[in-house]
Amino acid sequence: MTLKGKTFKFGNDISTDHIAPGRLFHLRSDLPEFAKHVLEDADANFASTMQKGDFVVTGNNFGLGSSREHAPQIIKIAGVGAVIAKSFARIFYRNAINIGLLLIECDTDGIDAGDELVIDIKQGFVKNLTKDTQTQIAPLPDVMIKLLNEGGLIEHIKKHGDFDLV
Amino acid sequence: MGQTIAEKIISSHVGREVKVGELVIAKVDVSAVQDGTGPLTIQEFKKIGKTKLANPERTILFIDHAAPSPRKELSNSHMVLREFSKEYGAVLSDVGEGVCHQRLIETYINPGEILVGADSHTCTSGALGAFATGMGSTDIAVAMALGKTWLKVPPTFKIAVEGEFPKGVYPKDLILHLIGLIGADGATYKALEFSGSTIEKMEMTDRFTLANMAVEAGAKAGLFVTDEKTKAYLKERGREDKFKKIFADVDAVYEKIINIDVSNLVPTVSCPHTVDNTKTVDELSDIKVHQVFIGTCTNGRIEDLRIAAEILKGQKVHKDTRLLVSPASKDVFVQALDEGLVKIFVEAGAALVTSGCGPCVGVHGGILGDGEVCLATQNRNFQGRMGNTKGFIYLASPAVAAYSAIKGHIADPREVF
Repeated sequence: MTLKGKTFKFGNDISTDHIAPGRLFHLRSDLPEFAKHVLEDADANFASTMQKGDFVVTGNNFGLGSSREHAPQIIKIAGVGAVIAKSFARIFYRNAINIGLLLIECDTDGIDAGDELVIDIKQGFVKNLTKDTQTQIAPLPDVMIKLLNEGGLIEHIKKHGDFDLV
Repeated sequence: MGQTIAEKIISSHVGREVKVGELVIAKVDVSAVQDGTGPLTIQEFKKIGKTKLANPERTILFIDHAAPSPRKELSNSHMVLREFSKEYGAVLSDVGEGVCHQRLIETYINPGEILVGADSHTCTSGALGAFATGMGSTDIAVAMALGKTWLKVPPTFKIAVEGEFPKGVYPKDLILHLIGLIGADGATYKALEFSGSTIEKMEMTDRFTLANMAVEAGAKAGLFVTDEKTKAYLKERGREDKFKKIFADVDAVYEKIINIDVSNLVPTVSCPHTVDNTKTVDELSDIKVHQVFIGTCTNGRIEDLRIAAEILKGQKVHKDTRLLVSPASKDVFVQALDEGLVKIFVEAGAALVTSGCGPCVGVHGGILGDGEVCLATQNRNFQGRMGNTKGFIYLASPAVAAYSAIKGHIADPREVF
């Protein structure tokens, strides 16, 4: 599987409050509307300028904070192709797996805003077309691959009637 | 090879001895959601197609984040939880009953159990010797349907604490100091196990404060041995029979051991906009404070309110500062009334906020204005957390909070002790 898109760059410690702010709590019952505000408190123009398939590229500890699954949900609904980070916060990572949002762990220092990237999951690299560089990505855990392939945790449970991960 | 507390509790819920790093399916004792995450959980639960909850009397729905509701959309979300509770027999904790984590420790969680909650501070119950961890709505939906969850057995950091707290310095200062030391992602995927002579002497209320903030270092759980203090806590709440000895083996393997001596600790404050951005209180005395908030699952218990009341008694809140106080639960509120603490707060100029999350989540009850500074006893100070990206949040102990409310700037409570 390969994905191609343009980069929107964010810093370290982007919290779930940046992604899905508490002041918009009332939009949790209307995720398509909420998605119009995704990452608004980190970059007010992100939602209005991004194109489907674009990548969110960030530093360490992306998604720290609240357990609100609405954060990965609205990133996915907005059409982000993948979130590429040096590291992810635990609950965010788990939520993203469960709902089928692709997360890529790799060194992101050499990627700048606007760079065009190709992600090759199978070969395990991110190619920066703008800079003509290539970065290796950390292999996805088996559980993530399985859940992503099956369309998330709910679909997995519906298919197997129980967990079939171990 | 010996086991850590995390390995022991997970092993007992898998039915065999588990090892660090293993992916396991573990039995879940209690599942919990709140009004921010519950409606999505219910939506996902219904997709699974189960007509019953695996364990209705131990599935708990809390209305605490936007309670009472400030908007019709949230009122409708509350209705979803109330209707689900009626239809499926899940337990409901409604407006005014308190913050989910406080209610869970007071009433629902016992040593040795596994609790999964759709709220990141679910780790609070770890102080009762339970493996308690926060997850998202989909995970909880599955736990509600099947009575189990998938877990990766976490490695453990042992936090060994020695020494006596100096006057005016509290376990809240310890946990802020620790997070400053290891960073907001310093313990991602790990369990923290608190131990040492200081922890042995520590009251339950303070153990809850430490466990509550484990997630602010990225941790999956914040765990404690159970002892006579745990037993007394359960006994007071009619659950003495649920006491179980929870401890790590002497030859348990830890990924890291962090030693902290609290006898030199000073009041510590997390500065905007991350919890690990810590400074000592004396570095911040020129920071003017517009709002002080005492409450939350971190520091809204009766012991916290007593500390604040001791400082506020007969004093007045600074003219340029407003003070909000929210007892973490109805039980705490009633006790604060009985002890005359509420009178002290109100006479000092405080406004009381309904037991619940209050302004901590940025939905209602004390949203900051542009450029305003809030000093809060809560656990999180991210940009926008209290409803305004242009607000600045500092985190501290109830003593720092109460004294700063009087002084109008961040102030060192050791001056009054």
